[in-house]
Amino acid sequence: MNNPSTLRRILITDLPVAIIVLFAMGPFAWIVLTSLTPTEALNATGVSLGPSGWSLDNYVRLFRQTSFLGNMLDSLIIAVGTVVIGLLVSVTAAYAFSRFRFPGRKLVMLQFLLINMFPIVLLILPLFMLMRKAGILDTHFGLILANATVAIPFAVWMLTSYIGAIPKSLDEAAMIDGCSRLTALRRVVLPLAMPGIISTGIYIFITAWNEYLYALTLGGRNVRPVTVAIQTLIGEYQIEWGLLSAGAVVGAMPATLLFLIVQRRLIGGLTQGAVKG
Amino acid sequence: MSTVVTPRQPSVVIAPALSTRLMPYALLAPAFLVTLFIVFFPMAQAIYTSFFDLILWKPNASRFVGFGNYIKLFNDPVFWTALGHTAVWIGLTVPLQMGLGLITALLLNREFPWRGLARALIIIPWALPSVVIALMWRWIYDPNTGVLNDILLHLSIIQTAVPWLADPDLALYAIIATLTWQGFPFFAVMILAGLQGIPRSQYEAASIDGASAWRQFRHITLPGIAPVLGTAGLLRVIWVANSMDVIFVMTGGGPGYATHTLPLYAFVRARQNLDFGYGTAIAVTFTLLLGVVVAVYLMRTMREVER
Repeated sequence: MNNPSTLRRILITDLPVAIIVLFAMGPFAWIVLTSLTPTEALNATGVSLGPSGWSLDNYVRLFRQTSFLGNMLDSLIIAVGTVVIGLLVSVTAAYAFSRFRFPGRKLVMLQFLLINMFPIVLLILPLFMLMRKAGILDTHFGLILANATVAIPFAVWMLTSYIGAIPKSLDEAAMIDGCSRLTALRRVVLPLAMPGIISTGIYIFITAWNEYLYALTLGGRNVRPVTVAIQTLIGEYQIEWGLLSAGAVVGAMPATLLFLIVQRRLIGGLTQGAVKG
Repeated sequence: MSTVVTPRQPSVVIAPALSTRLMPYALLAPAFLVTLFIVFFPMAQAIYTSFFDLILWKPNASRFVGFGNYIKLFNDPVFWTALGHTAVWIGLTVPLQMGLGLITALLLNREFPWRGLARALIIIPWALPSVVIALMWRWIYDPNTGVLNDILLHLSIIQTAVPWLADPDLALYAIIATLTWQGFPFFAVMILAGLQGIPRSQYEAASIDGASAWRQFRHITLPGIAPVLGTAGLLRVIWVANSMDVIFVMTGGGPGYATHTLPLYAFVRARQNLDFGYGTAIAVTFTLLLGVVVAVYLMRTMREVER
């Protein structure tokens, strides 16, 4: 009784899912295999599929011969800086949107939504000119500001929905007990919104870590985040796929791990707006 | 809350009321000012620059040309090529992502033991940096040592190695395949959330009435996820139209102009020749065209916020 239905389930569900998982994972798995194959073997026989041909040679070279650790530090500074600026200015804005009804509210909310849709190319060219004039081209600060153009509107929207989900009666109760607005925000709303704030922060971190075009255009020489550094591993005369793959795996790791950790909560937040109704 | 107000109370309340009325603006000020400074000011600068003939390495030769750049754009064959590519790029990528995402979501909505794991693994393409995705697929598409040609040759689907990214007729489609791979997990996750919001009782009622699986899909599932498909679809149109990092790293717009989309053309033009006047004119034009889609999306979203 049970067996035919299990077999049926495997055929119409497990098998197709396995194919899609293979499709989703395959390219990255291929890069991992490439990174584990030493360059000579790669040139001679191609990617080693079994553990017998694997070595960490490419990774050793990545950390010994290139400045990859320094690049990771650049990425870390920029990503953390973006998270701090993004959250700092967005928390109070989100609180204002979710707790007050004031003239211009819709317009300002619209404005934050609109920024999210701006083509990066429209911003990247003037930002380059302006930062060149201000002398912050190729600095951490410049790249943090550039990434904030994406992070702030995103954070405002995410946090508005998180804070909106916290009952108003809680901060009203605190204010009746003698707290000021700001104290109520700090003591009551912030702790309750913390899970939302953390996942928003993590998502900003991921986006800033993965960002490439700003990093390439507004940074690149003194400040060279991993996304730009990976591309410079290409080599001058022929593409060093082994070394490049090792860089890609290491560079993608922090964001990917964070993504897997927060995916459930994050997706809850991202889909909330869309799934209502 | 309206309570009975004694006549003397208002005069006491007025002072705090003013500060309460200003409070939201004070709370908004930091975010508003920062975005004003790093988004709206640069944007104004971009529009301003687009009226100038400005090559960045010879700033003294800069001169006002009015709509000159836009007229030049209108007569620029590359602009029209890039516009056509942008249409193909959006028109193929978004439906492909949505279709694959829908299939994935329907499968993940079924009961099977490793569902959580499958869900986590499928979103990996979404988490990877686009520069990694672009380089990864360049390696897969490599004409000499790439694994795609190996597999296809082995299966005798093709007879000779195909230069996927070097063939002007194929390159754009090869990149669209990459973007489809990158973007379908987003749809899968959004649609899955929509599916889980459809009450099970509707399906039970339908199967009691003898509705086939296809009819259940047409009349319960599709209407149930229509709002999600609409919102996610619009968001993706905007996102796919804007995204140029994958193309930039995979082909740089080549061979020739075969993979130029509008934002990429603006970027390459400004980057290679430092021709910022013309580059920003392309970017502004592209933004205006995209503005139509954005307007539709904004109207949808603001309707929800209004409640």
